[in-house]
Amino acid sequence: MNAAGFAAAIATAALLASVPGALRAQGATGGGSAPTPAAAPTPEPWLTRPALVPPDYRLAPRQIAPRTWVVEGAVADFERRNGCNIINTGFIATGAGVVVINTGVSRRYGEQLRAAIAQVTAEPIVRVINLNLHPDYFLGNQAFTDRPLQAEAATIAGQRREGGAYVDNLFRLCGDWMRDTESVPAREPIGPGRLRVGSHELELVSLSGHTDADLVVLDRGTGVMFAGGLAFLDRVPTTPHARLAAWIDSLDRLNAIEGVSVLVPSHGPVDAGRRAITQTRDWLTWLDETFKTAAARGLEMNEVLRLPVPQRFAHFAALKAEYARSVHHLYPSYERAVLMPVTK
Amino acid sequence: MVSAMSPLEARGRRRLLRGGGGVAAAAVVAALGAVGIVRSALAQQPASPPRPRPAARGTGTGTGRGAPTATTAGDPTGGDPLGSMQWPSMRAEFLGGAPVRFDDRVRVMVPTYAEDALNVPVTVDASGVDGVVSVMVLVDRNPIRKVLEFFPEGARPVLSFRFRLEQSSPVRAAVRLRDGSWAVGHAMVDAAGGGCTVPGATRADGSWSSTLNQVQARIFEGPQSGGTRLRLRIMHPMDTGLVSGVPAFHIERLVLADADGRPWMRLDVHEPVSENPVFSFDLPPAARAPLSLTGTDNNGNRVAARIAR
Repeated sequence: MNAAGFAAAIATAALLASVPGALRAQGATGGGSAPTPAAAPTPEPWLTRPALVPPDYRLAPRQIAPRTWVVEGAVADFERRNGCNIINTGFIATGAGVVVINTGVSRRYGEQLRAAIAQVTAEPIVRVINLNLHPDYFLGNQAFTDRPLQAEAATIAGQRREGGAYVDNLFRLCGDWMRDTESVPAREPIGPGRLRVGSHELELVSLSGHTDADLVVLDRGTGVMFAGGLAFLDRVPTTPHARLAAWIDSLDRLNAIEGVSVLVPSHGPVDAGRRAITQTRDWLTWLDETFKTAAARGLEMNEVLRLPVPQRFAHFAALKAEYARSVHHLYPSYERAVLMPVTK
Repeated sequence: MVSAMSPLEARGRRRLLRGGGGVAAAAVVAALGAVGIVRSALAQQPASPPRPRPAARGTGTGTGRGAPTATTAGDPTGGDPLGSMQWPSMRAEFLGGAPVRFDDRVRVMVPTYAEDALNVPVTVDASGVDGVVSVMVLVDRNPIRKVLEFFPEGARPVLSFRFRLEQSSPVRAAVRLRDGSWAVGHAMVDAAGGGCTVPGATRADGSWSSTLNQVQARIFEGPQSGGTRLRLRIMHPMDTGLVSGVPAFHIERLVLADADGRPWMRLDVHEPVSENPVFSFDLPPAARAPLSLTGTDNNGNRVAARIAR
């Protein structure tokens, strides 16, 4: 028996051995719909600790257009209390099957997303699309391995390259929420172009800058744009694979697309306007100018980490952590640009 | 992004996390707790076990209160305010028998989290302390704990650079004072880890050999009135020797001198300093450009650069 099996056996034995009172207490904290009777004893605090409560993302698909739903993640950073669920996923019931866009951060998320879709529509899932290589876009793929898993070729390569390290780091950040998660990269490369599925005409737009391959799905019928990693709203954009100039250019191209009624950013609230595009562009432009100025003044990374961030960004979620990450990702190239060869 | 890590190591750690101890321990607690054993036992336990505290904890400004950690019987951390089990052996290995005090005037600036474990920025500032002879940068939980030592000569005892971090750890700056004692400042860095045991980019793609020991630099206006800040980058793979088949290959010695040949800063550089290291020095007005940088690596290759204003 391997370690996981052994642990599971012990867990089962423990549950069987526990007295009914403990089970009742666990049930009462599990978020069930039945109201707790007033006389019921308050569960011991240690019984409500995450390790003892089966992780449940409580995914609630919200319809944003005809036959189109989003499942919104927390507008926050990866944290244990949100189960590392910070991504917006979505799906379209086309009449000829469901198209799923992004599968969430873990195996459990994928399974719960699939269950949530089945609650909304009886149509089978016909394809699953990962919009880029980042972990919360595809680590739920494990729940869809019997369906076509699709992404751009560069995204698939990136998922293969980095998937193992993503899983490892997310276990570190979110522990039990990640149980049994393995990286399952997409299998079928897809490119830009029009795609007719049932009654829906989907336009796949291939851009870059947030990563090397940022796919955008625009539903020409409903006007819903799944903007993927290019657009963030009220949340600091992430930059581990970013090239700022290309990203800003991609945002300008997105902004020029007409017929968009609803924009679904990767992170942050769904919006009827283009705020996610303008806000992301504003942040990236500020970041670029700030790093340029800092490098020209000879600032060291630890000084750049402590620079003030303008008030207009103060409400962004994950501000401190993501700004610090961006300094690490991007500042070294700005530094290099101002140093001159001096070898004797 | 997530730091690079060998697939084997990642798998091993994941198996531990997933299979393991956490689930089993929680299950046992659940079983025992249900019959009321653990609960009562827990109720009698204080929140955390008491541990002797050094007098300097939380102060660090007064030399009097930051007394040497003489009485540490029963404390496996040797009175370390950061609670590191490595501290006693580090102290014995690097600081000898000389008196040691923890001193907040020795500032260590690091990020809270090491986003890139191969390049963790650190700024050490001992300018708040008088009589600085040298500053040693140590990382408790690195496989190679001594990162660098610098001798400020006439420069401000301030240095910034980046280093490789293997796992979450305290980062220390041990300042040797003229009276022979040590003043130690420190900070914690959290990390996913792996920085010391993966090859750097130029080792991985082989490009290091075409740029070895090339230097890029620039002189900026310094924080000191009339002084300057010199930032420079030396192309070097800085192999730690901890990657299979790649022996240790790193810069060993650097000397920064001014136009009159007067040395302003000497550095002893060790394996954990990052690939293609970037250093920042703050120099007083008397350090006149053009500045010169000379040095060698552990294979005898020379570094030589001349930096005009």
